[in-house]
Amino acid sequence: MNFLKGAFWQPCNITILFSDGRTRKQVPLKKENGQTAMVPLFQSQENIAGEVVIEPVQGKKLDHIGVKIELLGQIELYFDRGNFYDFTSLVRELDVPGELYEKKTYPFEFSSVEMPHESYNGVNIRLRYILKVTISRNFISNIAESQDFVVRNYTPPPSINNSIKMEVGIEDCLHIEFEYSKSKYHLKDVILGKIYFLLVRIKLKNMELEIRRRESTGSGPNTYVETETLAKFELMDGTPVRGESIPIRLFLSPYELTPTYRNINNKFSVKYYLNLVMVDEEDRRYFKQQEITVYRLLES
Amino acid sequence: MIADGAEDEEKWLAAGIAGLQQNAFYMHRALDSNNLRDALKYSAQMLSELRTSKLSPHKYYALYMRAFDELRKLEMFFREETRRGCSIIDLYELVQHAGNILPRLYLLCTVGSVYIKSKEAPAKDVLKDLVEMCRGIQNPVRGLFLRSYLSQVSRDKLPDIGSEYEGDADTVTDAVEFVLQNFTEMNKLWVRMQHQGPSREKEKREKERSELRDLVGKNLHVLSQIEGVDLEMYKETVLPRVLEQVVNCKDELAQLYLMDCIIQVFPDEYHLQTLDILLGACPQLQPSVDIKTVLSQLMERLSNYAASSAEVLPEFLQVEAFSKLSNSIGKVIEAQVDMPVIGVVTLYSSLLKFTLHVHPDRLDYADQVLGSCVKKLSNKGKIDDSRATKQIVALLSAPLEKYNDIVTALKLSNYPHVMEYLDNATNKVMATVIIQSIMKNKTQISTADKVEALFELIKGLIKDLDGDLDDELDEDDFAEEQNSVARLIQMLYNDDPEEMFKIISTVRKHIMTGGPKRLLFTTPPLVFSTLKLVRRVQGQDENPFGDDSAFSPKKIFQLLNQTIEALLIIPAPELALRLYLQCAEAANDCDLEPVAYEFFTQAYILYEEEISDSKAQITALHLIIGTLQRMHVFGVENRDTLTHKATGYSAKLLKKPDQCRAVYACAHLFWVDDQENTKDGERVLICLKRALRIANAAQQMSNAARGSTGSVTLFVEILNKYLYFFEKGNPQITVASIQSLIELITNEMQSDSTTPDPATDAFFASTLRYIEFQKQKGGAVGEKYEPIKA
Repeated sequence: MNFLKGAFWQPCNITILFSDGRTRKQVPLKKENGQTAMVPLFQSQENIAGEVVIEPVQGKKLDHIGVKIELLGQIELYFDRGNFYDFTSLVRELDVPGELYEKKTYPFEFSSVEMPHESYNGVNIRLRYILKVTISRNFISNIAESQDFVVRNYTPPPSINNSIKMEVGIEDCLHIEFEYSKSKYHLKDVILGKIYFLLVRIKLKNMELEIRRRESTGSGPNTYVETETLAKFELMDGTPVRGESIPIRLFLSPYELTPTYRNINNKFSVKYYLNLVMVDEEDRRYFKQQEITVYRLLES
Repeated sequence: MIADGAEDEEKWLAAGIAGLQQNAFYMHRALDSNNLRDALKYSAQMLSELRTSKLSPHKYYALYMRAFDELRKLEMFFREETRRGCSIIDLYELVQHAGNILPRLYLLCTVGSVYIKSKEAPAKDVLKDLVEMCRGIQNPVRGLFLRSYLSQVSRDKLPDIGSEYEGDADTVTDAVEFVLQNFTEMNKLWVRMQHQGPSREKEKREKERSELRDLVGKNLHVLSQIEGVDLEMYKETVLPRVLEQVVNCKDELAQLYLMDCIIQVFPDEYHLQTLDILLGACPQLQPSVDIKTVLSQLMERLSNYAASSAEVLPEFLQVEAFSKLSNSIGKVIEAQVDMPVIGVVTLYSSLLKFTLHVHPDRLDYADQVLGSCVKKLSNKGKIDDSRATKQIVALLSAPLEKYNDIVTALKLSNYPHVMEYLDNATNKVMATVIIQSIMKNKTQISTADKVEALFELIKGLIKDLDGDLDDELDEDDFAEEQNSVARLIQMLYNDDPEEMFKIISTVRKHIMTGGPKRLLFTTPPLVFSTLKLVRRVQGQDENPFGDDSAFSPKKIFQLLNQTIEALLIIPAPELALRLYLQCAEAANDCDLEPVAYEFFTQAYILYEEEISDSKAQITALHLIIGTLQRMHVFGVENRDTLTHKATGYSAKLLKKPDQCRAVYACAHLFWVDDQENTKDGERVLICLKRALRIANAAQQMSNAARGSTGSVTLFVEILNKYLYFFEKGNPQITVASIQSLIELITNEMQSDSTTPDPATDAFFASTLRYIEFQKQKGGAVGEKYEPIKA
């Protein structure tokens, strides 16, 4: 029994505490088991400091050949399960080999950590950051404990933000010109725009604006693309005639968007598209898709 | 199929209401527990019921009204929510998260209304945003209802002058701008409705469209209610913009309705000051638009406005309302090539009414209107559209009603030209109207020119018009018509005999064209009218015109002669005879013996040649005798000839009693009381004796034929004649002869062969009573009667 207990039960409790844990903003994070936990939020170049508390189980001695804490940035591809790819790995040695008899606290600090990528939970991919404490031991397996945290990076408003303006159509059938006021939107932004009907020879029934997320992972022949429609927003009801213009105003805040990620470590990209869909009375769909860039604006 | 459709619709409506109520229930629960998120969710679901396309506008309205009531509650909730500290701006954003556009926009309008009330943003910005966003609904029915909702909730929140929402940034211009824009969009949707759906349901759609029109028109009403819309703004902004929309929509139904709306909702004063603009739009409307109704309405309103107070009249002059309207009508008719005649006439009829109201003193305007009307009608020929003719009658009646005086109408030179476009029947009706007007107002037509004009107007009654088929004409109607003409002739009068003569000549000229049927009616009044003139002239001592004047009693009689001659052709000998006798009498009064003799001759000729019916002969003969008796102008010779003839005719009557009566009547020809030279007692007696003989013969004939001698009436009558002449002092009538006559009658009455006749008995008895009475009177008369024994 004791042997078994020793094999499965950790001989000590490891707690990772952040020095500003009380004040730091916490955000929900979906764990592997499907539950959501609140974890601290960081951004790149921040100091990540705190302490690790190791408390051996009552009355037990713990031999080790060293204690370390790592800060890992990992990309996990679901279709290639278990294969983590660390794009960031920082290590701090906390203790030299020795024995632990009682609770011991180790302060740690990673200063100005470069964390260029944001945490992301996608369909086929996950990018996550963890702090991992490892107590290395001889002959028997190491004891490890990890703590997730979330990284979000803020971007200043882009200096160039052109509108998207385009005339499209089917010859002698439907000509429209649409305009979105910007090509780059922050997460709480609002999409403003207009659709002008230059020629309408088909009986449209309604028009929607969709927000689509395209997540592509892998490269070359192993590229996996996953597209989700995050929003379906009805813009128009009824049959317009030539000369009509329909306003667009779509608030992004209700939707769970992330910034656009382009070729993160050559592993994946997440892109956003606005898809303008028109449906005619025979339920035929006419659409035009435009990429937009989503960025995270520092909330003031 | 159709019934099924209606049933299905009922079902869909019921389902819609059920869905709406269910979600409203959850919404209420959320409202009660102050749960904003749920309130939004359920209200959006509730409003989703309005997304249906299956209901007709009527049914959709029922659904809409329910949703409307629920939205009022939601609005209250939003207001409370802002009081509780929820930011209205956040709310304004929050409702826009709804994925479906229709619920989203209803919610947006609802929150928008609270937003304006909160005054956290300028009203104009919110209004502008709302009216812009509503463009998302391009479905006509849903769009119209949504926008009408917007109009409804924003009505009391417009930044009008004096409104609490008016501020530095918000002016009445913004309010107007908002309403105009909403109006424009609604109209576009409304117009578009006709093109949507299968063409076989076009009629149904048009019906549905007219059900929806008030939603559009309401905007104009709102505009008219905005205090800040003064004349200036109306002229510069409101009207041009509305008209632009009306013209550009190129839709018949919309144009007609909206023009009417404009005219009805805005004040008359504005219309007057903006006539140019308003009228300028008319020719630009679709050719099929019933523009006449629109313009008629306008003119009617303006007329009423003019009638409302005399103070506004200068305004009309100032803006030259008449010429503007007149021009515009011309242009409209030109622009609408296919306009039916009725349209043209209605327009002019309205214009005429307008000018009569506004410029009663400007007869030239009225004439101008008629002139234009004639011009437009030319090359259209007679009008056969019955409604159009009715309108022409209205057009022509208007001046009569207004002036109550045909004389004024006669000054309108174009009046008869318009009448020419009427078909014959209507022409007659119109003529009758004119005559009635004259009768009613006792108008005197006093110059030949006017008479000429008048007869030109009523020529439908005076003569047969081209292509007139009298076959179907009712005799009574015809008589009625002609009687009215006859009455009219009596109304023509001028104190100046010469002018009167001209009038008569004119009338004669006209009625002579009337043909035999009409002459029967029209000749007598003309003759009598002429005779009146003769007597008037005769009253003057000397002929004031000299003998060579075209006008003298002789001339008049010549004219009369010719007039009556016309009756011979018909033939109407009895009437002609009567008229001849009348003329003879008049000539007698004028001391024109040859003329009188001539008339008598004519009468005798007629009697001999034309009057063959014995009854007619009796009547004619008595007339001749009566007239001749009164003649004093004849010399002995002429008189002898005439009396002799008359006596001769009497003896030649068919029936004995008639002979008898004529003969004893002839006795009077020899005894005229006030003329000493015609008291020929002997010949009187001869006549009476002859009468007695005839009476006797009559009795014998009767006895021979029927076995009874018949009544003694004739004897009693002769007795009366005896008594008359006896009393007048005819020496040939003696007491003895009277006495024997009385005895004769008494004997006859007691004889068995006599048929008892109470009337005759009474007659005889009263004759005897008369004798008694005269006796008792005493004096000279009594003495004279004394010897007679009854």
